[in-house]
Amino acid sequence: MGEFKVHRVRFFDYMPSGIRALAFNRDIERIAVARMDGSVEVFHCSDRFFQEKIIPGREQCGIEGLSWVGERLFSAGLNGGITEYDLTNQKVKYTVDAYGGPIWTIAGNQQGTHLAVGCEDGTVKLFEVNEDKIQFERNLDRQKSRIISLSWHPSGSKIAAGMMDMIQIFNVETGHSVHRLLADRGVGTSRSKECVVWSVVYLSDGTIISGDSVGMVKLWDDQTGTLIKSHNVTKCDVITSYLIVPLEWQNEDSLVAGTSEGTVVQFQFISMVLGKDDKEWVRTRTFKNHTHDIRAVAEITTAVVSGGMDAQLVVRPLLDKVEVRSAASALRKIHFPHRRLVSCARKSGLMLFQYPGHLELWRLGESEGKGSSLFVKRNPEKLLHLKVKGEDHIRCSAVSPCGEWIVYSTASSLRLYRLHCDNNNVSITKISKLPMVLSSANQLCFSSDSSHLFSASTQSSVHLVSLSQSGCKFVGTLKPKSGSHQAIHLLAASEDGKWLASANSDHEVHIYNLQTRKAHCTVPVYSSAVTAMGIHPTTNCLFMMYADQQMCEYSIEQKQYTDWSRMVQRKGLHRFWMERDTPCLNVMFNPQHPSHVILHDTYMLCIIDQSLPLPDDKTQFYNQLTLKSLPEEQRKSHSHAFKVCKTFKDILCVELMSDQSLVVVERPLEDVASQLPAPIKQKKFAT
Amino acid sequence: MVETSDIRVVRCGGSKVNLTPPIISSDSRFVLCTSGDLVKVYSTRTEEWLHSLQGHTNQVTGITLNPANHLQVYSCSVDGTVKLWDFIDGILIKTFVIGCPLFAIYVSEKHTGVLFLHVSMATDSKNECFQLVSVHLPKSAEQEVEAKEMSAVSSHISKNPSCTAFGRGGEYIAFARHLQLNVYFFRKQKTYSFSLKATDKKGAKNAFTCIACHPTDDCIATGHEDGKIRLWRNFIHKKEYTYSTQHWHHNAVNTLCFTPEGTHLLSGGIESVLVQWQYGADNRKEFLPRLGGSILHISASSDGQLFCTSHSDNKITVIESSFKVCGVIQGLVKGDAVLTDLMIDPRSKALVLNGKPGHLQFYSLLRDKHLYNLDIVQQEYIYEAGLDQFEVVKAAFDIKGSWLATVEERGKKSSDLEFFLKLWAFDERTQSFVLNTTITAAHTDRIISMCFSSSEETTMLVTAAEDSQFKAWCQGADADTQQDQNFWSCDFVGSYHKLNPTNCSFSADSSLLAVSFQEVITIWSPDTWEMLTTLCQPPGVIRDLCFGRLSCSKYLLGTTTKNLLCCWNLLTCELEWSTSVDVSKLQPDPFSENVAAFSYQSKHTDLFVFKPSEPRPLFTNKNVCSEKVHRAVFVPREEPLNSCDESTQWLNRSQLYFLTQNMDLLTFSTATEEDRMLSSSKQLVIDDSVAVTPFYLLLGKHRQQQQKLNTQSHPVSDKPQQTQGSVTIKELLHTPAHVLPAASVLCSMFVNSFLISNTGVQQDPLREEMDSEKEEEDSEEEMEACDSQQELRAQGSVDEVTPKLSKAQERELKRVRKTDFSWMAGLIDSKP
Repeated sequence: MGEFKVHRVRFFDYMPSGIRALAFNRDIERIAVARMDGSVEVFHCSDRFFQEKIIPGREQCGIEGLSWVGERLFSAGLNGGITEYDLTNQKVKYTVDAYGGPIWTIAGNQQGTHLAVGCEDGTVKLFEVNEDKIQFERNLDRQKSRIISLSWHPSGSKIAAGMMDMIQIFNVETGHSVHRLLADRGVGTSRSKECVVWSVVYLSDGTIISGDSVGMVKLWDDQTGTLIKSHNVTKCDVITSYLIVPLEWQNEDSLVAGTSEGTVVQFQFISMVLGKDDKEWVRTRTFKNHTHDIRAVAEITTAVVSGGMDAQLVVRPLLDKVEVRSAASALRKIHFPHRRLVSCARKSGLMLFQYPGHLELWRLGESEGKGSSLFVKRNPEKLLHLKVKGEDHIRCSAVSPCGEWIVYSTASSLRLYRLHCDNNNVSITKISKLPMVLSSANQLCFSSDSSHLFSASTQSSVHLVSLSQSGCKFVGTLKPKSGSHQAIHLLAASEDGKWLASANSDHEVHIYNLQTRKAHCTVPVYSSAVTAMGIHPTTNCLFMMYADQQMCEYSIEQKQYTDWSRMVQRKGLHRFWMERDTPCLNVMFNPQHPSHVILHDTYMLCIIDQSLPLPDDKTQFYNQLTLKSLPEEQRKSHSHAFKVCKTFKDILCVELMSDQSLVVVERPLEDVASQLPAPIKQKKFAT
Repeated sequence: MVETSDIRVVRCGGSKVNLTPPIISSDSRFVLCTSGDLVKVYSTRTEEWLHSLQGHTNQVTGITLNPANHLQVYSCSVDGTVKLWDFIDGILIKTFVIGCPLFAIYVSEKHTGVLFLHVSMATDSKNECFQLVSVHLPKSAEQEVEAKEMSAVSSHISKNPSCTAFGRGGEYIAFARHLQLNVYFFRKQKTYSFSLKATDKKGAKNAFTCIACHPTDDCIATGHEDGKIRLWRNFIHKKEYTYSTQHWHHNAVNTLCFTPEGTHLLSGGIESVLVQWQYGADNRKEFLPRLGGSILHISASSDGQLFCTSHSDNKITVIESSFKVCGVIQGLVKGDAVLTDLMIDPRSKALVLNGKPGHLQFYSLLRDKHLYNLDIVQQEYIYEAGLDQFEVVKAAFDIKGSWLATVEERGKKSSDLEFFLKLWAFDERTQSFVLNTTITAAHTDRIISMCFSSSEETTMLVTAAEDSQFKAWCQGADADTQQDQNFWSCDFVGSYHKLNPTNCSFSADSSLLAVSFQEVITIWSPDTWEMLTTLCQPPGVIRDLCFGRLSCSKYLLGTTTKNLLCCWNLLTCELEWSTSVDVSKLQPDPFSENVAAFSYQSKHTDLFVFKPSEPRPLFTNKNVCSEKVHRAVFVPREEPLNSCDESTQWLNRSQLYFLTQNMDLLTFSTATEEDRMLSSSKQLVIDDSVAVTPFYLLLGKHRQQQQKLNTQSHPVSDKPQQTQGSVTIKELLHTPAHVLPAASVLCSMFVNSFLISNTGVQQDPLREEMDSEKEEEDSEEEMEACDSQQELRAQGSVDEVTPKLSKAQERELKRVRKTDFSWMAGLIDSKP
């Protein structure tokens, strides 16, 4: 497997932001996640929950609600605006002010014609969804208190609105209130506090289900306006948010509610006597996967998705809905983004950490001695703290391999800096005159000799900019033949500066010849998204990792899959490899061992030796310990291509530096948890 | 060997009442429970044992009400029969012979004429495999019918009977074993099974422990080893089944029970807390804590007004639906081990042994009733596993029953052994034992054996301990203590060659003390404390030691670990005889010369009863039980039997009870005895039919006085008192109303009957008695005025009679009592 000097980096204080809202689109099987920092992410539910799209947020932009209308995604927030997102180019399309103060909730009807928002001033505003924009239509009857939650009746004729201490039912046509359902306050000391109806759900049979701050899930009848049943989900003394979002619109037989204790409670519509039709809502299962309050839950076809203050997205499968149990349907916790937040200057030992609002440049430390842990001669050093201009958060950033150039891009601007580093003095100069095409980028990449910058732009095109001491010069634009409009999320340049590969959200991988500046070829489209790729320095083969844990090697020169890749496809990968639940985030090559490919995901580091046989399902996958115990001559027969190292946990990035040392950036989850606010205190048995 | 047919081993008295769930009769007046070979009927109101259903010849393993007739009960037994009883009159109606040991019985309203039984499939006891079979009861008028029409329902049955339950009117049956829940639908004849993982990441233990089905909804509640309760629904789907989980119990859920309306679920476990879950709103629960031992079974009456819980300390608690304990039926408490010997309290003739932790219990075997507990340790007991707490390990009574010596110790394994020797004096006034002396360091090591001298004049206690000493303790010998209080102090310390003593025993007349030191028996004179002689019969350490009684008092018997039973003649100091038999317990009968010896050989225990003077045993019984017997006691009979048969003669004056390792208390019963009991049980009439109302008390009091007059000459018997009302009243009360003739016809008859009974001598004493009573009442009134404490006591005495009367009712009653009712007697008199 070979020995590496490893820089174990733990000074990247990345804090994932808490999840505020979830919205599931059944037709395209995508789930949209809004975070506290205003960013919106789109996960592909049937592709192992790969994070397809990330739309970075802005300062002062608290999103309170998300809603899909067809394939369009809308959000509304406390800044009072309704935002539509351009999912193709992964940016905000436009924002419309609702003129009703902060917006607490947004809901689209099932017909896809209207959006309703609940405002601080007590109005429910209806917006008509047009071809390219939304248009304010009218207000429903104004109420005294703010509208916290909204739900359309599936027919689109009525709206239930949750408020302080009550629920109102509106007739959409007349705009008048039909019923007023009063929610009880808590008992004892909490009687003086208002009962906030955090969420309502209007079912097609006229049942309204509400979740409130007293900890109750209540069932109401909309004809009579009476309470049918109430379930106490948590203890009364907890008075924070409870959210309940059902998404079983077709059958309406299941409902989930999240609590501030971090539990998700499932309710099911079950016939009390088997074979008969008198069904009742019964509380069934309880899932506890969160440490902090749950701010959003969604029920997708086969699983319950929940997210909250602890910033992890938990996908809990419902085994009764899963057809075949497999790795794709296992419990999944998504902590970190599926993009790289760290870029390394391989030749000069610099690292660039990307935070939402700033960049940090660090120089790696030096060590001496031998053994399993080395003595640190020089501590790592923070060279630079670069704050972003403007309100937008950083979308992507890169440092050139030589360490001289730093570039980052937000939704509105792209900035390029030149770094001057003489001994202890570090200074940067902004390159002022950038070509017009470099106004914004989806992905940024430097060529290996640092002479060119590649900037992925709209319509899957890549702009080529040459860098020199004097400044930068626009060289040309690479456009794919397919004419895809999707944004590029991965770029990979070859070591010899001849080839560039780009991967976009349509799962297309285009290869360009940089010398002719023309599209060279396109890798056959696979059903799963590319999560990482790299071009081999000597053979110029493109090595790709997919979200479903498959791997491919594509020879650029021969425009076909290599023999090894075909063998992998034929033989299949080991069961343990396929069952890993985080995607590979980087592909590296060791120049000293051309047959070695280095991969990593959140939990492990793996070296694939392409010269060794592939393991089949019967062989032991994690065989390092067994191999150690075997004598030298038997080792050969037992070894296989996959060598997995699990020494490191919660890995954000692994990079092979040019001096053959590995940089492993870890972000231990315990550190993340320690920086979260304290969870609600709960009495536990025997404590 | 002559196998005597008319003496057999029975489980009679002190048996487990918590083996199966108790059942409450549909009118909530009776609680039925299995107790050994019997089914016992208790009153729910008075907690009294009314009568028992006797007829099974082995352990009764299940009872259930006949769904077709709520006055009848089915019982099944290991003897392979199912019996149908009329439990109010205690009459055996029918016997169905199944032919194989039965372990549980279930019935359902939907399946009339069908019984569901647990039978053991495999013959070897190692891999116990149980089967649920349905048995069609043949319609036949005969008393004893053979039921052969059996069909297996399932063979995946847990041996725990509470893991099987009928659901919603008998539509389906749910049963669980290990980690699998099966639901069998009778109509579709299809089984659905669901399994859980053995453990999960959080360390949950998911094995099923009990099942209950909702009476109207399709919902199955299951209890689990880690204390979780799961409510299963939608179980006709292979995948869309669902369950909700509730967790309160911290240890295994022992039992679950839905109330008949289905509004609540009751659960119980080792915490001895009855938990009531509201069905549908699972978070709401009520608790009834501190019920005693861990809850083993819960059952509810059909009207939902009463619940019964049976506990591991052999107790049944009757609980009202308002979660108030209204009655406790206490059986003989048998923990995991009885550390003390079985003893007989010479005063009450009650069996005395370990009871509640730290207590001695007094249990009347004749009435099969728990009398009282004596707190020896006088410390709070903490119910937690692995905690080293004080436990009574030795106890001894002197011959009159006025002194009780106890030893409590803790630190069984550890080196820091702690023990106390306590002496208790019987207080005549309070009728209980009062602590007299506590000796903290009686010996430097554990006390092995302890006995009182048996002479009438001076009481002396001898303790032998592992510190190779034996000590004699006397009362009041210490001059330092005050004269008027007679404390116990050490009188003599004896030892023999630094050997550890193993046993000590006084002769019947207390003139000799025998102390065995390993292989040597030393004989001492307690008067002079002089060692008289030593007896030795190596090899083998002396295990048991006893002197012969009455005519055989010159003999000393001893058993050794090397399987020898030796008999020494004390006059010649020579070995009279010895025989090679592995005696595990040697028990002399204090009322005769007989000695009982239990020997354990090749996995079964044999009993020999012999006289030391005769080489031939009086009685032998091979294979008494399959376990070793370490404790046995002769219990004196109330009335001696007068059997002339040689083999049963030894049971004439006393009855031999013995305790097996499984904590079964067994005894021997003769055929004549059983006949007598059967005949007497037929005569029993339930006097519980009259409710305890103020009017009943008023009338009943007069009636009791009358009865007292009638029975003055007779000794008070222990049997339930028969009401002495006229035959006509009885007839009137016991004949169902719809078969009675018109009231006008009855009236003259009724009045006439009074006429006859009130003639003659009885009239005058009655009136006298009433007068004297009136005087008493007056004086009582005076005392009330002057002393309020007195009144409290008087109230207390009333409380004993009417335990359920409220204060207001009591006051009302008192007022009624004070009014003169003599006019009533006059009325009765003047009627003719």
